Amino acid sequence: MKQPTLLVLFFLISMTVQAQDDLLSLLGEEKPKKERVKYAFKSPRVINAHSMEFLNPGTMDFRILHRFGTLDQGYKNFFGLDQASMRMSFDFGLLHNLMVGVGRSTFKKEVDAFIKYAPIRQSKGPWSSPVTLAFVSGITVDGLPWADPTRENYFSSRLAFYHQAILGRKFSEGFSFQLMPTVVHKNLVQAASDPNDIIALGVGGRLKLSKRMALTWDYTHVLVGMPASGYYNPLSIGLDIETGGHVFQLHVTNATGMNERAFITETTGQWGKGQVRFGFNLSRTFQLKKPKLD
Amino acid sequence: MKKSLFVLLMGVCLTNLATAQKFFTKAGRIDFNATAPSSPENIQAVNRTVTCVLDAANGNLQFAVLIKGFTFERALMQEHFNENYLESDKFPKAEFKGAVVNNTAVNYSKDGTYALTVKGKLTIHGQTKDVEAPGKLVVQGGKVNATASFPVMLADYGVAIPGVVADKVNKIAKIDVACNLEPLKS
Repeated sequence: MKQPTLLVLFFLISMTVQAQDDLLSLLGEEKPKKERVKYAFKSPRVINAHSMEFLNPGTMDFRILHRFGTLDQGYKNFFGLDQASMRMSFDFGLLHNLMVGVGRSTFKKEVDAFIKYAPIRQSKGPWSSPVTLAFVSGITVDGLPWADPTRENYFSSRLAFYHQAILGRKFSEGFSFQLMPTVVHKNLVQAASDPNDIIALGVGGRLKLSKRMALTWDYTHVLVGMPASGYYNPLSIGLDIETGGHVFQLHVTNATGMNERAFITETTGQWGKGQVRFGFNLSRTFQLKKPKLD
Repeated sequence: MKKSLFVLLMGVCLTNLATAQKFFTKAGRIDFNATAPSSPENIQAVNRTVTCVLDAANGNLQFAVLIKGFTFERALMQEHFNENYLESDKFPKAEFKGAVVNNTAVNYSKDGTYALTVKGKLTIHGQTKDVEAPGKLVVQGGKVNATASFPVMLADYGVAIPGVVADKVNKIAKIDVACNLEPLKS
């Protein structure tokens, strides 16, 4: 009778296996995967400064930026809204950590271009990094007629360059913060006493107010090479509003310039004197390359 | 006498083992479509990494799917889906735990097609609701192909559609599930 007893036991075992409740656990625990921390900022720009965020690969961001006149002009100039300076740009997301962009500003008729790359992006899971480290290099080309056409002018005199590192972290769903050490080199400066190289440290942040609104700010402090007088550090404070395909960045700033050379080295407004201006960035993203859903 | 008892018990065991068969996949597919009739663009996504286990013995059926695994045509839409609507950092998974109601009608050891009803609890965005959906099972060569289609009322799961996109995002999303299940070797 030994064999049947064994069989009954076997029968019972097969019954118990059958009564298992959590079926998915039969497939075994999933290994934790490294995962990128996304959406630290709504856009690749905080307000003026580059943010630690990148465009999604295959997308193009068409940006229209406006900076109005200073608020202290009062009603005469409708608090600055009668004057506007603008920059239009096209940015392209190539890889999740690589993007390029080109833009043109009315201020000094300047064309600018940049490339931005992040060797390290903030992530969680095994082998993750707590921060994003990105680098931006850009060039600006002044388009104004020569100040003195009688002397010999070189094209290279129109050029300025900037290099920036961005060290940023999304601390929580609602709060992101970044530091941006920056150097700007201008081939030609206004006065012989003005330095060609400027070293600055920027900070930028975002505090989410709701799912589709966020408070943003960026500030750049020039450490070395600020021209003697009349120039100030740019501070911008704004509100990001997201609607479907657009992001509106409404803000007040003391800077007119909308590229790194212009807003870091040529900001003439003073917050203390009310020389701030209303501005907005409008961002519209287009999907150029679509993944297949079939 | 002894021998016949042995054969009988052996037979019972074998049938029991056969019905105790479980089927699974880790590469099932879910299509999500919340395109409003007036929308100029398609609000749809696909996830090809759906996990599913079906217990043939009692019809118990479970699904799990990572919200971040949904791919949209437009990356920005995917971003909003994760960040604003499904909040995938807070609620990374959607799950279904239920059973095939008319499981006894299905013979898993023979090829055939069965219309069936699935009933159970669906958890999306941290909220659980009872659902019932019609589906189809095709048993072929020891494998099971399971498909089902059902609507999901987004508001039921605490997913709010703001007025600004109400003309694009439908209040009811259509969910299509398709899984090729293979026998689970334990």
